[in-house]
Amino acid sequence: MQLVCPAGNLPALQAAIEAGADAVYAGLRDETNARAFPGLNFSDAELAQGIAHAHARGRKVYLALNTYPDSARLAQWHAAVDKAAGLGCDAIIAAELAVLDYAARRHPAMARHLSVQGSATTAPALRYMHERFGISRAVLPRVLSVQQVERLCETSPVPLEVFAFGSLCIMVEGRCQLSSYVTGAGPNRHGVCSPAKFVRWDEHPGARRSVRLNEVLIDRFEPAEPAGYPTVCKGRFDVRGETFHALEEPTSLNTLELLPRLAQAGVAALKIEGRQRGVAYVASVTRTWREALDRYRAAPADWSAQPAWQQALTKHAEGHQTTLGPYHRRWH
Amino acid sequence: MKLSLGPLQYFWPRERTLAFYREAADWPLDIVYLGETVCSKRRELSTGDWIALAAELAESGKQVVLSSLALIEAESELGVLKRLVAEGQGWIEANDLSAVQLCRERGVPFVAGPSLNVYNHVALRLLMDDGLVRWVPGVEQGHALIRELRDAVLAAGQAMPELEVIAYGRLPLSYSARCFTARALDVPKDQCGFRCIDYPDGLPLATREGKPFLRINGIQIQGEEIVDLGPELPQLRELGVDVLRLYPQAEGMAGIVAHYHLARRSLQPPPRIAARNGYWYGEAGMRAAG
Repeated sequence: MQLVCPAGNLPALQAAIEAGADAVYAGLRDETNARAFPGLNFSDAELAQGIAHAHARGRKVYLALNTYPDSARLAQWHAAVDKAAGLGCDAIIAAELAVLDYAARRHPAMARHLSVQGSATTAPALRYMHERFGISRAVLPRVLSVQQVERLCETSPVPLEVFAFGSLCIMVEGRCQLSSYVTGAGPNRHGVCSPAKFVRWDEHPGARRSVRLNEVLIDRFEPAEPAGYPTVCKGRFDVRGETFHALEEPTSLNTLELLPRLAQAGVAALKIEGRQRGVAYVASVTRTWREALDRYRAAPADWSAQPAWQQALTKHAEGHQTTLGPYHRRWH
Repeated sequence: MKLSLGPLQYFWPRERTLAFYREAADWPLDIVYLGETVCSKRRELSTGDWIALAAELAESGKQVVLSSLALIEAESELGVLKRLVAEGQGWIEANDLSAVQLCRERGVPFVAGPSLNVYNHVALRLLMDDGLVRWVPGVEQGHALIRELRDAVLAAGQAMPELEVIAYGRLPLSYSARCFTARALDVPKDQCGFRCIDYPDGLPLATREGKPFLRINGIQIQGEEIVDLGPELPQLRELGVDVLRLYPQAEGMAGIVAHYHLARRSLQPPPRIAARNGYWYGEAGMRAAG
C-alpha cells in the first residue's frame, strides 16, 4: 500500500518525503483546493521546487483541485489543470465533472484521481467516473465500514485510496453545507470549512470562554476544558433538553489497527489528512505510518499495532482522542 | 410554472404516509417525488409499495418521479436503486452518482437532485448527455449563480433542461454514515428502533443559548428555518424557473400548496409565509437567524 501524505507548504512536503511518504498531495494558493486557508499552499515556483525534490527521490506529487467551480470561475480551474500538467504533477485529485472532463481531454497522460469530495461510495458511482473521465484511482468518503470497503475493493473498476489518519469529517465529503449555511462560505465552492474570519472567541469571568461562528454560538468552555477549532459538526448543542456533542466530539480518525485488513482487501493507498497541520505533525505521523507499513510488508503474519505508534499518533490527534470512525459499525 | 411536491424527507407511519399522498392526489400539483431519500432502514413503505403508489398517483394526472437515496453504502441499498430504475415507469430523481450511472446504463431519464453537485454549465451538459432532463440546483446555489450558469448554457448555444428550485421547506444541508437521531436518543444505529418516526418534522437542535439552529433527521441535517421563495416569484420567472419544489411537512401542507398555486397565477408576489433564504441572495443560508 502506498502512503500518501499532506503537504501544506514546501517544508511540510520535504518533511513528508524525508519521513517516507510514497506520494504527497498539495494545493495551489487559491480556491481550487479544499484547504484554501490563509498562509497555506504553494506558489508556482514552490510547487515546481517540491516536484523536483520529490521526483529526485522517486516519490510522487499529486495536486488537489478538488473544489467545485461555478460557470464564471471555471477558467481558473482549467488553468490550474494546465499548470499541474505543465509542472509535471503525477496526478490531479479532482471531484468536479467539468474539471475531470477538461483534464481527460487536454492532458490524457496525467493521471486523474477522484477526490474524496467527489462523494463516490459505490461501484456504479466509481464506474461512472471511470467510464466518463478515465479516473485511475478514487479516494473513498469517510462513511463506509471496513466490510463495505472490502466489498468495494472487489467491485470497483479502479484502485481505491482510503483515509488512514487525521481530522474526521463526519459528513459525506462534497455534500456538507453546514459551513456555508452559517457563513456563506463552505468546502465545495470556497475550499474552506468554518473560515477563520467568522470565528470569534469571547472571554468571560472565571476564565470561561465561548466561541461563535458568524454570531452562532458553537460552544462554551470551562477553564480546564480543551477547546478545539469551531466547526459546526464538533460543537455542543441542546437536543431534547440535553447539552452534548450532538454530531461528533473533537476527535481524529486512526485506522492503524485496521492496516492488515485494508492491505488484504487490496486497498491501493492510505491517505493521511492534514495539509493545514505543521511540519512536526507531518513528519511524525508519516514516520509512524511508514514504519507500520514497512513492518507489515516484511512480516505480515507477525504484525500488530505497536503501542509506541499509537502514542505517537494520539499525540497529534484532535482533542488527543482517536476513533475508528465509520470503519467501525459501533460509531454509526 | 409547475408545482412539485419534493420527496418526503422525514419518516412517518405507513398510514399517515399513504393518507398524505391520497390527499396530495387532489392538490393542484403537477409533479410528485416519491421514495426514501434519507435512510434505507425506513421501511414503513417497501420499495414495492413506493412503486405501486407511484403508479396510483400517476393516474391522477400528475408526473411521478421516484427519488433515490442521497447516500448509498450497502449492496442492499444498491439493490433497491436498481429496482427503482428497472421497475419504475417514469423518471428517477438521482441524488447521487450511483443513480446517474444506473439511469445512464438503462437509458432512463433522470432529474438531478439537490445533492448531486452540478455547479457549472459543462457539468450540466455532461449530465444531459447521460440522460438528465431536469435540474434541481444544490441548496447553496442562489439567484446569481443559477443565472450565471443559465447564461453560460445559452452562450454556448445549448438548451437548458427544466429548472426546478427549492421554494419551500427546510433545506437539506448534510448527510453522514452516522444517525444523529439515534445518537441523540443514545441508542445504537443498528438497534435504533426507528425512533425518528416520533419526530415527523425532525428533531430540533438549538445552540447553548437556546436559539433554534438545525434539525436532526436521521443521517441528515437540515436547517431549522423553513425557507420561502414566494416573494421572489418575479425573479424566479425572469430566471426561467420551470418548477417550484415544496417539501412535505407534517401539518398544513394543503395550505402551503394552495398558497403557491394562488401565487403562480397572480401577477403580484405573495407575502412571505416563512423565512427568507439567505442562499438565494448569495449570503449565508441562515442569515435571518444569525
